[in-house]
Amino acid sequence: MGRASGVDEDPASLNLRETELRLGLPGSQSHDRSKPTLAGVSIFGKDLEFSLSPSKNSAAPVSGAKRGFSDAINGGKGVGGLFSPRSGESSVNAHQSAASNSKPLSKEGFGASPQTKTLQEKKSQAEAPATKAQVVGWPPIRSFRKNTMATNLAKNNDDTETKSEHGCLYIKVSLDGAPYLRKVDLKTYSNYAELSRALEKMFSCFTIGQCAANGLSGQDGLTENCLKDILHGSEYVLTYEDKDGDWMLVGDVPWEMFTDSCRRLRIMKSSEAIGLAPRAMEKCKSRD
Amino acid sequence: MRALPELMDPKRARESPESAVLSRPSAFPDEVLERILSLLDTHKDRSSASLVSKAWYHAERWSRARVFIGNCYSVSAEILVRRFPNIRSVTLKGKPRFSDFNLVPQNWGADIHSWLLVFAEHYPSLEELRLKRMTVTDQSLEFLALKFPNFKSLSLLSCDGFSTDGLSAIATHCRNLTELDIQENGIDDISGNWLNCFPDNFTSLEVLNFASLNSEVNFDSLERLVTRCNLLRILKVNKTITLDQLQRLLVRAPWLTELGTGSFIQELTPRQYADLETSFKGCRNLQTLSGLSEATALYLPALYPACANLTFLNLSYAALQSEELARLLAYCAHLRRLWVLDTVEDKGLEAVGQNCPLLEELRVFPSDPFDEEIVHGVTELGFLAVSYGCRKLRYVLYFCRQMTNAAVATIVRNCPDFTHFRLCIMNPGQPDYLTREPMDEAFGAVVKNCPKLQRLAVSGLLTDLTFEYIGTFAKNLETLSVAFAGSSDLGMQCVLEGCPKLRKLEIRDCPFGNKALLSGLEKYESMRSLWMSACKITMNGCRLLARKMPRLNVEVMKDEESNDGQSYKVYVYRSVAGPRRDAPPFVLTL
Repeated sequence: MGRASGVDEDPASLNLRETELRLGLPGSQSHDRSKPTLAGVSIFGKDLEFSLSPSKNSAAPVSGAKRGFSDAINGGKGVGGLFSPRSGESSVNAHQSAASNSKPLSKEGFGASPQTKTLQEKKSQAEAPATKAQVVGWPPIRSFRKNTMATNLAKNNDDTETKSEHGCLYIKVSLDGAPYLRKVDLKTYSNYAELSRALEKMFSCFTIGQCAANGLSGQDGLTENCLKDILHGSEYVLTYEDKDGDWMLVGDVPWEMFTDSCRRLRIMKSSEAIGLAPRAMEKCKSRD
Repeated sequence: MRALPELMDPKRARESPESAVLSRPSAFPDEVLERILSLLDTHKDRSSASLVSKAWYHAERWSRARVFIGNCYSVSAEILVRRFPNIRSVTLKGKPRFSDFNLVPQNWGADIHSWLLVFAEHYPSLEELRLKRMTVTDQSLEFLALKFPNFKSLSLLSCDGFSTDGLSAIATHCRNLTELDIQENGIDDISGNWLNCFPDNFTSLEVLNFASLNSEVNFDSLERLVTRCNLLRILKVNKTITLDQLQRLLVRAPWLTELGTGSFIQELTPRQYADLETSFKGCRNLQTLSGLSEATALYLPALYPACANLTFLNLSYAALQSEELARLLAYCAHLRRLWVLDTVEDKGLEAVGQNCPLLEELRVFPSDPFDEEIVHGVTELGFLAVSYGCRKLRYVLYFCRQMTNAAVATIVRNCPDFTHFRLCIMNPGQPDYLTREPMDEAFGAVVKNCPKLQRLAVSGLLTDLTFEYIGTFAKNLETLSVAFAGSSDLGMQCVLEGCPKLRKLEIRDCPFGNKALLSGLEKYESMRSLWMSACKITMNGCRLLARKMPRLNVEVMKDEESNDGQSYKVYVYRSVAGPRRDAPPFVLTL
C-alpha cells in the first residue's frame, strides 16, 4: 500500500486526492474509492490481473469509482446499504465511470434509470439514504434462512469467551478507501504473520498489486513480510476494535489475546492512526 | 404398458367409429382398465387419461392413489373425496409463495384441519400427507396421529402453527410411520422430547429430518432409534448433535443415502477424528450431504471419503471459504446439485466449474443479505466460471450484488438447457454495473437461448423490453417472479398474452396497473394464481376483474407497508370451490 503512493498512474492520483482524508468509522468510509486501478474487482478474490492494467482487464471495466467516488466528492454522505457494487475499473475511465454511476436505492430506486453524467446529479442521488432493511421481504430470502443466518451472526458477535475453541470467528475487515468490506475468520490463523499474509492477499490490489503492476512482485520480501512491515512508512496501518470499543494498533499484544478481544479490523490511513498508539507507530517507523 | 393399443392411445379411442372402443360391452372389464391406469404415475398423465372418455374418467378416479393440489383453495375437500374415493397420499400447497418473505399477514388461512376432518371420514387409510405453506396446529397433528392408523409419511415444509408437542403426538401414535420430514417451518420449538416418544418397539422409520429444529434432543434416544430402525436411509439431524455423536450414529447406519450432519465444530481428539473419518469412509451409499453448520477447514477432510457418490451437496448453512470448497469439491466429481453460501466467492465458483462437469443445479445464497455495510459475495464472474465448466446446468438460483448483460448472454450460450433461471441482483432496480444499461438484454438472452425455460425470476433495472422478450420467446414458461421492474402496463400485458403455459405469476413493486391486470381476464382461468402487491392496481380494477370472471377468486388485502394507503395486495386464482369461507377479516373477497 505504501508504495502505491505516487506510484499510481496519473488518472489514479486524481482519485487518490479525492479519497485521501476521511475520518470516521470504517462503515462510513466504505464508499471511498481508492485508486481506480485497484478498484473493487480485484479485492474480492477476483484475479489480480483484472485490476492491474486496463488492457488486461477482459471484463472491460468502464465504470471505475462509482458511488464511492461521488461520495468522496460529496463529503462521503453515504447510504446505508444499497449502492451499486464495485465494478471493474479502468484508470483512464475513472472519472466518466464515476459520473455515470447511478445509485440504486431501495424503494426510491424503483424506476431509477442511469443518470446523465454530471456530478450534481450524483450528489443528489448520494444524499438520499436507503437501506436494505427498509424493503419488506427483499431480498427474497425465506424467514427460516434469515433467522438462522441472523443467529449465526449474533453468535459471532458474542463475547469471544463463550465461543468454543474451534468456533468460527468472523470479523469484518475494512480498508480505508475500499468500497467493500471483507470478512475473515480469525480462527483460521495462528499468528500475526498469517493474518497479515491473508489480508495482504485480500487487499493487495490496493498495495502489492499496484507494485506488481510495476514489476515489483518479483521481490520476495514483498509477499513474505508482515503487513506491518509493508505498511510501515506507507499510508496504511492495521488497527482493530477491541471489545471495549477502543481502536488499537494490531500487533502489540500476544496473538491469543488479540483474537479474544478483536471485534473488527480496519486498515487505516497512517495519518489517522497517529492518535492511536504513538509508541507502536514509532516502532513501525523505526524499521525503515 | 402392454395393453391393447386402441385402449392406450387416447387419440385412437376418440377417432374410432363407435367413438370409444370401450363402449363395446365387456370389451375390457373396468377392473382391468383400472389396474392398467393405476400404473400411470404422473399427475399430467392421469389428467390426460381422465379426459379420454367417461369410462376412462371413472377408471382413473377409482384407481388414483395420489393427489397433488397446488392451491388448497382451488378445490374443496368435499369435491376431492367425491371424485377420488381411494386416495392414500395427499400433497397440498397453501399460501402464496410471497408469504415466505413476510408479504402475507398471519392467520391468512390455508389451515389443514378442515381437510383432515373430511379425510378422517373418507380416507381412513390415508398414508401420506405432504404440506407446503399450510397452517398446521398441534391439534391437527394429534388428530392425524389418532385417526389414521395406516399413516406412514408426514412432510411439512414452510408450514406454521404447530409446536414440538404436535411432533410428540405423531411419534407416539403413528405405529407405521416411515417418514417424518420437518423442514424450515415456523415452529414453536419447545423441547426435543418429541424424539423420546417413539415407542421402543417402533422400527419402521426410513426418513427422519429434524435439521431445522433447534432444541436439543436426547442423544441416547436418537441412537437407539437409529439402531433399531434398520431401514433408515435418510437422516438429517439438527445442530445440537455434535461430531462425536454423529460418528456414533454413522456407525449404526452406514447405509444412509442422505445425511444431514449436526454442528461440524467441536474439539476432537485425534482418536475421535480418526473414528469420524472411518465412519464416513463406511458410508458408501451417500448421495446427499447437508447440514455442516459452522464447518471449518479443520474437520471437513473427514468427509472426503464419503463424497465419491455424492450427487447433492447442500452447503447453504455452512459458511465455507473458497479454498475449503475447492478442496472438498475435488472429491465430488459426480455432483449434480450444489447449494452454497456466497462466502465461497467467485473463486469458489471457479472451483465448481473445474470440478463438477455433471452439475445440473446450482444455488448460491447470500450470507449477509441485510447487512448494512456491503460485504462481498459473488459476482458475474463466478457465474461465468460455472457456466464454462458445467455445460449441463439447468437450474440456477443466484444471489449477487452485480451483474452484466454480457455475462448473462455468455452464460446462457454456454448452458442452453436452463429450465429454471432465478437471478437475484440484490439491489432493487440496479442496472448493468459496467454499461449502466438496464438488464433487459440479459433476460432477453435467457429466453432466446433457453427454449426449455419453465421458471424465471428477474431482477435488476428492467424496462418493458424484458417483458416483450419474455412474451415473445418464453413459450414454455410456467412460473414468473417479478420485482421492482417494468415501465408500464405493456410489460405485464406482453407476458399475459405471450406465454401460453404460464401458470404462476407473482409481481411486487412494479408499475403495472388496472389495464395490465384486466388484460389477462381469460388467461387467469388457465393459470394457478396471480399475485400482485405494491403495484398500481386500484380497488376498482379488482372489482371489475371479479365481476367479469366469476370463476376466479379475487382476494384483496390492504398493503400495510405502502405509504399512500392506496396500495393493495391482490391474489387471484381459479377455483371450483367458490370463494373461501375461512377468509380472515383483512382479506376481502370480491
